[in-house]
Amino acid sequence: MDLFNNLIFGFSVALSLQNLLYCLIGVTVGTLIGVLPGIGPLGTIAILMPITYGVPPVGALIMLAGIYYGAQYGGSTTAILVNLPGETSAVVTCIDGYQMARQGRAGPALAIAAIGSFFAGTVGTLLIALFGPPLAEIALKFGSPEYFSLMLMALVAAAVLAQGDMLKSLAMVVIGLLLGIVGSDVNTGVQRFSFGVTELSDGIGFIVVAVGVFAIGEIIANLGDKDERRIVTDKVTNLFPSKDDLKRSIGPILRGTGIGSFFGVLPGTGPAIASFASYMVEKKLASDPSRFGRGAIEGVAGPEAANNADAQCKFIPMLTLGLPASGVMALMLGALTIQGIQPGPEAMTLRPDLFWGLIASMWIGNLMLVVLNLPMIGLWVKLLRVPYRLLFPAIMAFSAIGIYSVNTSSFEIYLTALFGIFGFICMKLGFPPAPMLLGYVLGPMMEENLRRSMLMSGGDPSVFFTRPISVAFIVATVLILIVMVTPAVRERRREIAD
Amino acid sequence: MKLTLANNKDVWAGVMLITIGAAAILIARNYPFGTALRMGPGFFPVILGGLLIVFGLTILAVGLRSGESIAGSWPLRALVILPLSLVLFGLLMEYAGFVPAMLVLIFGSATASTEFRFVEVLLFSIGLTALSVAVFVWALGLPYPLIVGLD
Repeated sequence: MDLFNNLIFGFSVALSLQNLLYCLIGVTVGTLIGVLPGIGPLGTIAILMPITYGVPPVGALIMLAGIYYGAQYGGSTTAILVNLPGETSAVVTCIDGYQMARQGRAGPALAIAAIGSFFAGTVGTLLIALFGPPLAEIALKFGSPEYFSLMLMALVAAAVLAQGDMLKSLAMVVIGLLLGIVGSDVNTGVQRFSFGVTELSDGIGFIVVAVGVFAIGEIIANLGDKDERRIVTDKVTNLFPSKDDLKRSIGPILRGTGIGSFFGVLPGTGPAIASFASYMVEKKLASDPSRFGRGAIEGVAGPEAANNADAQCKFIPMLTLGLPASGVMALMLGALTIQGIQPGPEAMTLRPDLFWGLIASMWIGNLMLVVLNLPMIGLWVKLLRVPYRLLFPAIMAFSAIGIYSVNTSSFEIYLTALFGIFGFICMKLGFPPAPMLLGYVLGPMMEENLRRSMLMSGGDPSVFFTRPISVAFIVATVLILIVMVTPAVRERRREIAD
Repeated sequence: MKLTLANNKDVWAGVMLITIGAAAILIARNYPFGTALRMGPGFFPVILGGLLIVFGLTILAVGLRSGESIAGSWPLRALVILPLSLVLFGLLMEYAGFVPAMLVLIFGSATASTEFRFVEVLLFSIGLTALSVAVFVWALGLPYPLIVGLD
């Protein structure tokens, strides 16, 4: 069987000593930043990306992916023990996880979170292996009009489904598209928005935008808030969930995995949405909904499975179509592009090691996380005691070294400072920064495909509406927009936002 | 907090978008626009700038009708000190070397916190700088002079 052979091939790639090490580094760093509130996977991946330039593409991708899903695990630890989401994806876990910890059941809560995540991660990995190749097969038939319409749909969906104001998210996508244009135009060589600055003629560095907005901007915003961390328990004893706990958790984990996988392939829906949906479902299904909010283990099992399944399935559109469905995926795409690999259907056939190696590594990484997390929980709790007043200068230092090391350019450092201020202002004014990153990554590709389509059709824009696949994407885009502006959905969004 | 024009979130959001959009169009005006068949380098930016202005006007209108005020405080101290420390880092990397640049960056940015403690931060800066020298310069081999003129 093809799938079987491919998976074996993947494992042979991922199990090389070097790649195992990259995977281990990735998940450890991921757990670390996941545990620490105030620094997310986006910022960390952006900061660490320059280090991966010297690493072969497979290793780089394995490590960056490890940081990403490792952060999901770590985030739940903080949610359960401190009632603070270490990551936004763990917001829902706080509700019942923290209550369990207060009742002295932190151990089982952590264990169920890890088991649920591991199960969901395994399913997610399988889904990628199953659906990746056929999707890429279809995508190989895409021409420029299809790609343009697909990107349009992805960007609109990402903006519209993201939390927060829809118009503002769309505006951020457009700002991102504009940022992507800076530098010399591929077709004519004309310098655009570079103001005669030589450093800008190649465009604004990807890392500069990402670190500026997601690391520096985030720190500025955090310093405006008060740092409150109350740790309930120092020692987590009795990790093992009881038989009853396990029995209660099986259903939520299965359903959570399904929900997470579904939301995972949708662009723009962060893991927070998947876990929130799972929580609502479990509460609806429960025979006694009043237990929720008072330490119901179902409220930990379901959402934790959902957010991990979501995280894994986000890789599907990125690997098969070259389309980032979230900010983190935009970073991964950027990392690969810098390595000279354009993710998408061609890359899947040309570089099977990348695709299958990554998939296998994700399963291995998930296993490592279970082993890493549960016995070492004490260490992670200690880490929570590092005060933010020391943490953020360290983040600043690593950010600066990372950016400077890319081009040995002080100019890019100054630019990062500017993006930090810009990112902070955006957050203050209610603009979500992640859609901007998507726009930035897709901008040049989108313009290129638009121009090519128009050349193909002789300047007739109807080309987007006469080709069946392209028109399907356009119709979907319009449908998404229509559904989202209907009063009922708007009301619901407002509820979720509160 | 009372809602005024000065702290109306959406009014400012709209103004920001309109400014960026207008600037994009103004600058891109000088690039060949081309035709629908052969789009020039000015085509895409002008369209995007126009979109931003439309979004901006809509958000501005929403803000004027039923806006909300900007939540939370403005961490002015952080907003000035953090970018400034980065700029100093950039300058010092060029003219003074890795060690002074790191020390200034770490110590400088730490002062942005209201919980700043002099001795603690001083020790922390020295420790982290030493660690960075070991990891980035010695182990990873980044080619930066530790202190310019002292090699």
